[in-house]
Amino acid sequence: MTMIFGIPVQALMGQLLVGLINGSFYALLSLGLAVIFGLLRVINFAHGAQYMLGAFAALLLLTVGGVNYWLALILAPVIVGLFAAVVERTMLSRLYKLDHLYGLLFTFGLALAVEGTFRYFFGASGKPYAAPAQLTGAVNLGFMFLPVYRGWVVVASLAVCIAVWLLIEKTKLGAYLRAATENPVLVQSFGVNVPVLLTLTYALGAGLAAFAGVLAAPIYQVSPLMGSNLIIIVFAVVVVGGMGSILGAIVTGYMLGVIEGLTKVFYPEASNIVIFVIMAIVLILRPAGLFGKDA
Amino acid sequence: MAGKSEPIATGHVQAHARSGQIQLALMAVLLAALLIAPMLLYPIFLMKLLAFALFASAFNLLLGYTGLLSFGHAAFFGGASYFTAHAVKEWGWSPEMGILLGVLGAAGLGLVIGAIAIRRQGIYFAMITLALSQMFFFACVQMPFTHGEDGIQSVPRGMLFGVIDLGRTMTMYYFVLAVFMLGLFIIWRFVNSPFGMILKAIRENEQRAISLGYSVARYKLGAFVMSAALAGLAGAIKALIFQFATLTDVTWQMSGEVILMTLLGGIGTLLGPIVGAGLVVTLQNYLATSDIPVTIITGVVFMACVLLFRRGLIGELAASRLGRTLGMRSES
Amino acid sequence: MTPLLQVSDLNAWYGESHVLHGVNMTVAEGETVCILGRNGMGKTTTLRSIMGIVRKRTGRIDFAGQDVLAMPLHRTARAGLGFVPEERGIFATLTVEENLMLPPVTAPGGMSIAEIHELFPNLKERRNSPGTKLSGGEQQMLAMARILRTGARCLLLDEPTEGLAPVIIQAIGDVLRTLKARGMTVVLVEQNFRFASKVADRFYVMDHGVMTQEFPVGELDARMGMLHEKLGV
Repeated sequence: MTMIFGIPVQALMGQLLVGLINGSFYALLSLGLAVIFGLLRVINFAHGAQYMLGAFAALLLLTVGGVNYWLALILAPVIVGLFAAVVERTMLSRLYKLDHLYGLLFTFGLALAVEGTFRYFFGASGKPYAAPAQLTGAVNLGFMFLPVYRGWVVVASLAVCIAVWLLIEKTKLGAYLRAATENPVLVQSFGVNVPVLLTLTYALGAGLAAFAGVLAAPIYQVSPLMGSNLIIIVFAVVVVGGMGSILGAIVTGYMLGVIEGLTKVFYPEASNIVIFVIMAIVLILRPAGLFGKDA
Repeated sequence: MAGKSEPIATGHVQAHARSGQIQLALMAVLLAALLIAPMLLYPIFLMKLLAFALFASAFNLLLGYTGLLSFGHAAFFGGASYFTAHAVKEWGWSPEMGILLGVLGAAGLGLVIGAIAIRRQGIYFAMITLALSQMFFFACVQMPFTHGEDGIQSVPRGMLFGVIDLGRTMTMYYFVLAVFMLGLFIIWRFVNSPFGMILKAIRENEQRAISLGYSVARYKLGAFVMSAALAGLAGAIKALIFQFATLTDVTWQMSGEVILMTLLGGIGTLLGPIVGAGLVVTLQNYLATSDIPVTIITGVVFMACVLLFRRGLIGELAASRLGRTLGMRSES
Repeated sequence: MTPLLQVSDLNAWYGESHVLHGVNMTVAEGETVCILGRNGMGKTTTLRSIMGIVRKRTGRIDFAGQDVLAMPLHRTARAGLGFVPEERGIFATLTVEENLMLPPVTAPGGMSIAEIHELFPNLKERRNSPGTKLSGGEQQMLAMARILRTGARCLLLDEPTEGLAPVIIQAIGDVLRTLKARGMTVVLVEQNFRFASKVADRFYVMDHGVMTQEFPVGELDARMGMLHEKLGV
């Protein structure tokens, strides 16, 4: 058997893949957090809950409405985005003028309430969600077997990350977003309805989390608390990347996922905490984060 | 968004002398009530309440007087709980030495976490403390001395100073009450010390404090360590009250709970965290027997506090007409 | 004839501080009106209050038959007002082209890109560079150009010549005269008398939040001594 650093290639590649999968979720989630934070200056603690809502939306669409995975991949983010838009319009928007910590506290409360509600109705245990028939099975890559669904997750999340990046960097709507991040009042004085832009942005971020949730449903089980520990890791990812850059959030997400996967191979005891350790080191060496501009 | 925003901390207690006096008077009433309370209510429930009230007051010391929102205080509370439980049970230390170890351990943790976290401000500070405490949580899950999911069980309460048997519930109660009062006294002295005054100056205008030559980072770190140590004191006595140290106390949910207690009672007020802790603990006790998960209620109360009464119960009372009549807050 | 812009008894506050104490002002269609006054007298606040950026206001602001005071900020632009702030407000994360195309077109009659590039040749050359890599003069040109695209009928210009070289100031003067020929209405805040006298039809003098004098450009020379004394220029 081929070995690298005394580790069988198959085990190494397997963990690398696990790392890439986790990285895909970190990237999607930290991207959504960064988009929301950029414009709203709110750290969306409910991001993990919105990820969970996406997975549950897919599950319920299937079991209640018979809606298949592919349609759920579009519908679930729309449903969660609408829910987020209502929350932003009726409640969150009242907090923009206050200390930004209130936004964090409000979304924390929202996350608790939403997760508690789902636990009340669906119990704490996970529910399986089958991958679509087209994506089952595995491909032999020569050095390892790649489960098709896992490959799909990496491709789909990368595609969505790039699409969001293009939306923000290359379109008119993206120009509004970037401009409003710098000076919302001036953009509004040009006749752009900035309050609606804020609502759309929050809905977009929540929709991204929901999309990640649907992607995750066949890999992890669908459970009310699936997002609550993940969100804290994503916070650490965001601190490492620095909140200033969209591309930074994406790159950091994948990078830390892979590092976490490799840690599982070389020093499994530390795999749970490696991202936090990296965060601490980055804070000591470069407090603004790897891609951050603000100190 | 743009422009000035309402700052989170409203530490107006010591700013208005009469307000402080009124709160001290209320405090005296509270103390008298606590002295006779175990005749009427379950002592274990009361002790739990006192431990959490001290925890919330320690947390408030940081948020209310420096404006730093820590989302990781469970690490100090639950960490101290483990240290004390381990020292008393495995090493056979006396309760007072066990508590001391818990407090010092929490202070040490506070020094490390604080030194990293104060490199960033505001929201980032909150996220970093949360992430670092989560790291501590994972460490607790893996380290053998915590006994993982089982926790450290059957922790003996022991003989205080070798003579007082804490195994008797009423004795334990009055010991906890004494520790609680000692903790509050330390907080009160700290807030009104020159150190506390400088913290206040930093919170109000950090740039000016820097230009006056104060090492802002050191003062913030000092407050952080102090707050961590007192949260540790609360955790240490909790381990002795329940004779049990558990993973629950180092989770981020616990960090969230102490924020809720402080927010609900009133950030930056002396009485607020105590009242908030009392309400939350009572609510949890009440809900423990119902089907509704506590987190739903906790979450909704959180949202309501942030949206509707950010000053908390004591803060709103002080700002109300009744409060002004009582002189709890001057009209400034 | 009815004026295009009529400001009546306008009061405005920044937080607790009361800045405008009953401003009255009338601007006819196609006119260029200049507000003079020392720093801190409320000139910029007047423009920002008309635009709706300062929200705490009382009084009336009638523009083209609508009371714009009650409108949300994003509606005032749609009513035909365009604002060019003193700090120019060029977006650092946007290219010159993106900055130029950012404000939505609110009415027909705005300049085409070709016309804008003819009026500001530099902006064409540098259209792909980041907005803040431009010189101060170019930034001012860009800040004006992006409003001219939108079809705004009335331009609120805050100190366009501040900190710029004489040759650039002259170019901005040319632009304003071109706009006037096209029938654009302009409310200008300016400290530079020489520049103002070449572009303005009428002057207001502002002191402690109210308009204290109003006179046509012909009287500027006669009042120069008084103005120098009063404005300390």
